[in-house]
Amino acid sequence: MNWHAVKAIYMFEINRAIRTIGQSIISPVLSTSLYFIVFGAAIGSRINEIDGVSYGAFIVPGLIMLQLLTQSISNAAFGIYFPRFAGTIYEVLSAPVSAVEIVLGFVGAAATKSIVIGLIILATATLFVDFQIAHPLWMLLFLVLTGFTFSLLGFIIGIWADGFEQLQLVPLLVVTPLTFLGGTFYSIDMLPEFWRDVSLFNPVLYLVSGFRWAFYESSDVSILVSLSMTLGFMAAAMAVIWWIFKTGWRVKP
Amino acid sequence: MSGLRKPSTRRKPIMSQTRQSETSAEPILAVRDVSKTYEGGFRALKHVDLTIRKGEIFALLGPNGAGKTTLISLVCGLAKLSEGTIHVDGHDVTRDFRKARAKIGLVPQELTTDAFETVWNTVSFSRGLFGRPKDPAVIERVLKSLTLWDKKDNKLRTLSGGMKRRVLIAKALAHEPEVLFLDEPTAGVDVALRREMWSVVGDLRETGVTVILTTHYIEEAEMMADRIGVISKGELILVEKKDELMRKLGHKELTIKLDKPLDAIPANLADYRLDLSEDRLSLTYSYDTTAERTGIASLMRLLAEDGVRFRDIVTKQSSLEEIFVGLVEDKK
Ligand SMILES: Nc1ncnc2c1ncn2[C@@H]1O[C@H](COP(=O)(O)OP(=O)(O)O)[C@@H](O)[C@H]1O
Ligand SMILES: [Mg+2]
Repeated sequence: MNWHAVKAIYMFEINRAIRTIGQSIISPVLSTSLYFIVFGAAIGSRINEIDGVSYGAFIVPGLIMLQLLTQSISNAAFGIYFPRFAGTIYEVLSAPVSAVEIVLGFVGAAATKSIVIGLIILATATLFVDFQIAHPLWMLLFLVLTGFTFSLLGFIIGIWADGFEQLQLVPLLVVTPLTFLGGTFYSIDMLPEFWRDVSLFNPVLYLVSGFRWAFYESSDVSILVSLSMTLGFMAAAMAVIWWIFKTGWRVKP
Repeated sequence: MSGLRKPSTRRKPIMSQTRQSETSAEPILAVRDVSKTYEGGFRALKHVDLTIRKGEIFALLGPNGAGKTTLISLVCGLAKLSEGTIHVDGHDVTRDFRKARAKIGLVPQELTTDAFETVWNTVSFSRGLFGRPKDPAVIERVLKSLTLWDKKDNKLRTLSGGMKRRVLIAKALAHEPEVLFLDEPTAGVDVALRREMWSVVGDLRETGVTVILTTHYIEEAEMMADRIGVISKGELILVEKKDELMRKLGHKELTIKLDKPLDAIPANLADYRLDLSEDRLSLTYSYDTTAERTGIASLMRLLAEDGVRFRDIVTKQSSLEEIFVGLVEDKK
């Protein structure tokens, strides 16, 4: 392993994030606060408790997931797309580094950034609602696994994208709807049976559900199903990336 | 093969050192029967063979689209090899890519830099990327040798084009490579900067780093290189020592079409390098256009004295010259 290279790429990306720290943090914190005010306080006061958890507390895990997913995807996608766009990618590709090292550097940095943002949102949430975390370690595990998995997905998008529009397209057209429909703001038990069954095809449901279980021990699906689905997505994303590097798709003519 | 290698002695760049002898046994770069077909079927390189010795300065000369960048990309792992093998200091660039690439520094054709990074950070990043531990002393030496030291804290976007090119060279040297590729170091650069670039390459020569550069200017290859390879339409047409090439370049052929077949070349023309054609109807004289006297006038006089009568005279550039005329026209 070329650890010097992993560290170089990782620190390069982290430094880039630090340079733009203001915008990286303000926007997710602001939008999450708005969700708390609108859904938690204004509407939530008219919604009953779900599984013995107040509505305001119920949406905390979902909101963190929403930001974690969008942040992971956009950070990782931008992180690899930009050097492709600017041409500086030549240096990474000509260096004595393997695919694993490139991915660890870029994806590791993107995941770190989004996990930190997730934790900041968690801290923000304590300002708005009262809640306890039943299983902090499971919570961290889901945070890390999800951050890493969706950073892998973002990496794939960043390699695939031909322009900045495409970079925005996937988060906008796929991730946001899936997150909203994945039980972020409700328990799928509240849905008619047909839609509940449809929801089970939504990968995000398993992430949100597992994450919520770590908070409140209440979930839409069992924790082990959540965990294995998450690991399954991660393996799928890794397989795609393995194929990208093996074939040189979009990076090596 | 690698078992026979001498233990690698990493030479530090930017340090006065005697150049290794040109007969050094192990080539630093060995390109064997390499072809490249891009997706879509375009054949950018055809059966290229090239051997570069340690410490050489080699110029790859060819018009735009000849395949220079493609060849460099194959060596550096930026493009997939279609056929053939490439070894860098005995290491296969595909199978043993880590060892091969660790020995290479690449300065790309395009000026691609991270606008918001400082010179120091971007050069240090390159060293880490190539797997070397932090060493501020090396970075300092590289920056000083490229007169970038007082710019070390500047952001890259504040630098001029010539300075950016130097930064790219510094990045390529940061991991103390043994081979440096300079892809069109003076393309789109004004005369002053071009001279500056030549002197940078001159300094590199002192450090013992093998330099492989590409250019489409003959004069530039002549200025900088020990040996020159001419590439055209994906084929490496010839590889010559610079002096040899320059001598061949000045050659032209004069063909004299005779009235009647000539039995033999007259004795008084023995000093001229003349060839009589098989049908004995034409004489060919090859001469050096750069010599003080081409000898054409006296040849004509002697032919007249001998009573040899001719119908026509044709002059023709050697095939090499034709290639270069092509190069020059391409440039315009
Ligand atoms: N990625 C690519 N896909 C298809 N064709 C390419 C690609 N890169 C270069 N070529 C073609 O290969 C030929 C050689 O290109 P290149 O190696 O860049 O030439 P040079 O560096 O000598 O100007 C050109 O005709 C170019 O259009
Ligand atoms: Mg080129």
